[in-house]
Amino acid sequence: MTGSHALQGVRVVDFSWQFTGPIATRFLGDHGAQVIKVESLSRPDEARGYAPYKDNIAGINRSTLFANYNGSKLDMTLDLKNPQGLEMAKKLVAVSDVVTATFRPGTIEKFGLGYEELQKVKPDIILVSMTMQGQWGPFSQQPTLGAFFQSTMGFTELMGWPDRTAVIPPTPYPDYIGPWFMLIAILGALSYRDRTGKGQYFDLSQLETGLHFLTPALLDYFVNGKIATRNGNRSNHACPHGAYRCKGDDRWCVISVFTDEEWKALCRVIGSPAWMRDPKFATLISRKNNEDELDGLIEGWTIEHSPEEVMISMQAAGVAAGIVQSGQDLIDRDPQLKHRGHCQVMDHPEIGSYVSEMVPFRLSKTPPQMKSAPCLGEHTEYVCREILGLSDEEFLELLSKGVFG
Amino acid sequence: MDEVTGLLDGFRALDLTDEKGFLCGRLLGDLGVDVIKVEPRGGDPARRVGPFFHDTSDPEKSLLWFAYNSNKRGITLNIEMVEGQELFKRLVKTADFVIESSPPGYMDRLGLGFFALREINPRIIMTSILPFGQAGPYSAYKASDITCMAMGGLMYICGDEDRPPVRFSVEQSYLHGGAQACVGTLMALYHRLRTGEGQHVDISIQECIVWTLDYTLPYWDTGRRLVKRTGTYQKRMDKTWLRAFPCKDGYIAGMVGGGLTTGPMQARLVAAMDDEGMADDLKDMDWKSISLDAVMQETINHWEEAMVKYFMTRTKAEIQAEAIKSELLFCPSNDIKEVADYPQLKARDYWQEVEHPQLGTNIIYPGFLFKSSETSSKIRRRAPLIGEHNQELYGEELGISREELVLLKKEGII
Repeated sequence: MTGSHALQGVRVVDFSWQFTGPIATRFLGDHGAQVIKVESLSRPDEARGYAPYKDNIAGINRSTLFANYNGSKLDMTLDLKNPQGLEMAKKLVAVSDVVTATFRPGTIEKFGLGYEELQKVKPDIILVSMTMQGQWGPFSQQPTLGAFFQSTMGFTELMGWPDRTAVIPPTPYPDYIGPWFMLIAILGALSYRDRTGKGQYFDLSQLETGLHFLTPALLDYFVNGKIATRNGNRSNHACPHGAYRCKGDDRWCVISVFTDEEWKALCRVIGSPAWMRDPKFATLISRKNNEDELDGLIEGWTIEHSPEEVMISMQAAGVAAGIVQSGQDLIDRDPQLKHRGHCQVMDHPEIGSYVSEMVPFRLSKTPPQMKSAPCLGEHTEYVCREILGLSDEEFLELLSKGVFG
Repeated sequence: MDEVTGLLDGFRALDLTDEKGFLCGRLLGDLGVDVIKVEPRGGDPARRVGPFFHDTSDPEKSLLWFAYNSNKRGITLNIEMVEGQELFKRLVKTADFVIESSPPGYMDRLGLGFFALREINPRIIMTSILPFGQAGPYSAYKASDITCMAMGGLMYICGDEDRPPVRFSVEQSYLHGGAQACVGTLMALYHRLRTGEGQHVDISIQECIVWTLDYTLPYWDTGRRLVKRTGTYQKRMDKTWLRAFPCKDGYIAGMVGGGLTTGPMQARLVAAMDDEGMADDLKDMDWKSISLDAVMQETINHWEEAMVKYFMTRTKAEIQAEAIKSELLFCPSNDIKEVADYPQLKARDYWQEVEHPQLGTNIIYPGFLFKSSETSSKIRRRAPLIGEHNQELYGEELGISREELVLLKKEGII
């Protein structure tokens, strides 16, 4: 009988930390892969130290941010600098399908877990390395954080207002592109191995994968010499198009009008005031030429309404409009996310309940099944006994030698 | 043409998507899948969206179209006509994947929903990329890039405090949907390789955007704390920290470091500043043991002022070189031209020239998705012209005669 999990039988040894790698491996775990996250007691995943903490009490197992990205995984600790710790890691790889790592180039080889070494214990192993700028090259050793490196990738120059310096997403935006490419490599490689019997070693970078999200702008530069620039919320092929202040404290709704039909619909929703019949607003081009004035007039209407009222009335008329949703809107109010079950309440062995996010796609036969994030080293013994087949004595001996440090 | 081994050579996808789902098929194509872009007669509406080759608005010159429909062949087909549906079903028999982004219920009404396709081909994997998913109170809502970004929560946390929330000026929402759709599709593929059964993959673009929000949901869940937009600053414990520092020829990204992880880097920066006599009293700080949360705003401002003074004597390239040499986290804020010229990308051979004979030129694209010891991902063909492969697919593969093809075209079926 086949399992109801898409990735039944796949085992992943996960050396990745922070966001990119762990998000990818969590998606695998949610779909039935057995993911073994490897940390060390002296150097746990740094994300365990990121706020917020449950009840605002710090602790190695209390970060709810860490918890969101590390559900559906087993967790063991190993001292990879200890020769027996390294042996354990290799034994684990020998019975696994995929190894993931996001260390700086050279690190995994220094530990003795480079591709050549891994192939010796498992010839068809799939090793996936994701670094910021790639395994080699003049900048490959540059220390980087996604939150800052997004600017080097060109993203932040493209956000904000033309009359001001660029703004920066408070989040490490490339960390939310990289995982999908890691997963594509992993899943593609599993299918490839299924048909050919061969594994492989991937050298992925957030730089090279993330830039695929800027391809039109890059083509515009290579072909037309145009250097893309930030433009607030405006669009070249839609008007009105922007965020409009609504009734309430810092509440906004976006409205985007692409066709003259939609423009007429918007006019009807607003009550067809006289100013809307002015020929200077009749076509896209003329609206673009009077965009500042138009935005001000529309906001004169939206300010009288809640963003919900604006969205609902616009949508009823066939105009694409949406609430600019806050964290509160997303968790407490959004009925669509509730329908999708996006926010799941998990039960964690130490912190109890916390909200974790479901993956954004639903497989009809093998939907995701989410499990709580693990405590540090929670499954070291389980992995040793059940997966590696160590006896009581063997395990206790290694424990006493600090192999699981 | 050199031999390229792809991860998924030999598979086939029928790609009915509009702009909301282009990237999914593009990524499958990069992995070697034979992706057939199925467009309505006259071509997909996105062909009329710029930027355009030499700024000429033309359905065969849209750079957006080129970007996300490379590695696909192209046919035209009117699936709203019964004969068109029959042709589509013939193609479904030969396919592994069907990707689409039409409103909920549309494919079902045409007799081309998942259950209908499964009757024809039990192995078919159908991937539907929609703004909110297949069902639910918002599932019939009209969407655009900006509404997805707003409804997904990313806009709320981006922008200056004294101005509206803001989106990326190069559209991102649909790309998240497309990339994640590819992930879901490949999961379904692995399941099918083990079990023989296909399934329906239902993507919500909104949920994909929610996945880009870092601590936003945890902060509301854990303490009812609202994350708000703060421009080029970060707010931490009610204090404001700069995240973009002006330098001689632009801006660099980074923050004051302190404590165990970033303290040593800050110390190295201050040492470099001290070499120029610009370290002020920063050189007296023990950066490794400092607790940043306990620092007063006036002190933060003072430190940042000293750092700005130093950075203003250096270009972005000089600071990047310094960052590599001395292991600092500061990195340049680049525009598109600087990205195109970025030495690391050139060294890695990232840029790929793709032939566009109809335009009389080659165009440079971002190239591979990854480097691999065994396989490769690259652009094997440019994006298709409207109906470019009608003869290949309908004529050569399905065996439809030229006369019949003329008739089908006349009747509006292809």
